[in-house]
Amino acid sequence: MTPIDLTPADLLIAASLVLVDALASVLLGLRLHRQLLVAAARCAVQLLLIGFLLRFVFAAEAPLLTLGIILLMVAIAGREVAARPERRLARHGNQIAGLSAVALATFITAIFALATAIRPEPWYAARYAIPLAGIMLGNALNAASLSLDALLSAVTRERAAIEAQLALGTSFRDAMRPLLREAVRRGMLPIVNTMSAAGLVTLPGIMTGQILAGLSPVAAVKYQIMLMFLLAGATGIAAVGAAYFAARRLTDGRERLRLDRLH
Amino acid sequence: MASGLRGAAGGPFDLALGRGAAVAITGPSGAGKSVLLRMIADLDPHEGEVTLGGADRAAMPAPSWRRRVAYLPAEPGWWHERAAAHFPDRAAAEAMMPSLALAPALLDQTIHRLSTGERMRLALIRTILPRPDVLLLDEPTGALDPKATALVEALLALRLAAGTAIVMVTHDEAQAQRLGAQRMHLEAGRLNLA
Repeated sequence: MTPIDLTPADLLIAASLVLVDALASVLLGLRLHRQLLVAAARCAVQLLLIGFLLRFVFAAEAPLLTLGIILLMVAIAGREVAARPERRLARHGNQIAGLSAVALATFITAIFALATAIRPEPWYAARYAIPLAGIMLGNALNAASLSLDALLSAVTRERAAIEAQLALGTSFRDAMRPLLREAVRRGMLPIVNTMSAAGLVTLPGIMTGQILAGLSPVAAVKYQIMLMFLLAGATGIAAVGAAYFAARRLTDGRERLRLDRLH
Repeated sequence: MASGLRGAAGGPFDLALGRGAAVAITGPSGAGKSVLLRMIADLDPHEGEVTLGGADRAAMPAPSWRRRVAYLPAEPGWWHERAAAHFPDRAAAEAMMPSLALAPALLDQTIHRLSTGERMRLALIRTILPRPDVLLLDEPTGALDPKATALVEALLALRLAAGTAIVMVTHDEAQAQRLGAQRMHLEAGRLNLA
């Protein structure tokens, strides 16, 4: 079965639904219509740009270009992770923790998948590497930001409890252990929910796209299962990484709790 | 023992005391009395050197230092739900509790059910039990009635007699006298004999 190629007219017909939404907003006084139309336009323009860019990059077959694009995506994701928490670590601590966590998670899982399960020829082919890195990044971003936010708010709340332990000669690592555990848990819960609900409550978006694009449901499902497992790996690495990198910034060589580095 | 300590509270502060000796620090609120104790415990960044029996603090891992020079804040934190979980040696804690008029059954309570005075005395036991060489106590009887205060002072006197050195922050000048402590006054970033 070959994919049904969509024409611009097909997309315009679908866009009429957005106009219906906008109309509803005007009639009901939701004041959402402006935002809605801008968001819809952004969505179309951004995706089209990415589509053309990817077509160019896939055809170029230049490993350096591929790497450059992935690094740019990693940098944007790292910035997003850093921006989520209410509290900021001094000296770009949030940025460093966010960037290290998503970069570690994405590169480890993406290279693992490209080298073992998917094995395109060559293994760094942009057609595989970029979408794979993208989906890993999206989930790593989510996990790392939840974990970082949980750790930074817990450490402020539990200051007296942590310092009470430090004052008795407990190591910083031991005093922080319950907080780190809770932060990593928070970061990993979404992927657990997604995996348990997959297929029953939701048909994952990628799979839906593949089926619509003409792939057999079983083939699409196999891809989806592999992606889920890869995502589980990526979220785990990202959640652990963000919490530990941030915790390291919260102490010093004398194992103090340095809340003065948190603003 | 401590020399040239300089930090957010001013300084330089110099302080020396021997085994079994006590120093009581008085001074207006916000003068930095607690900050001084925290500097000695190495809990806040600061300048200066501290030694214990000739051993340099900087040459010792921070947790080992804090096991030997234990700090008890005015509002001690708790990290488990139940009181008992804070005491690695429950039997030893139960043995010390009656001397502070605490029923051993209190250990089975959750922390938030305990009164401020009960929590303060339990935190003191928690700090004393591992037998540190120096106790840094921030208003250890601030939340206690006169009867409990007398019991705490008796316990501290026992520790002094056993060779423990005590640096305490207090508002009660008579308390310093009862413990035979040298009195020092901290004000405007200077620490002087009172």
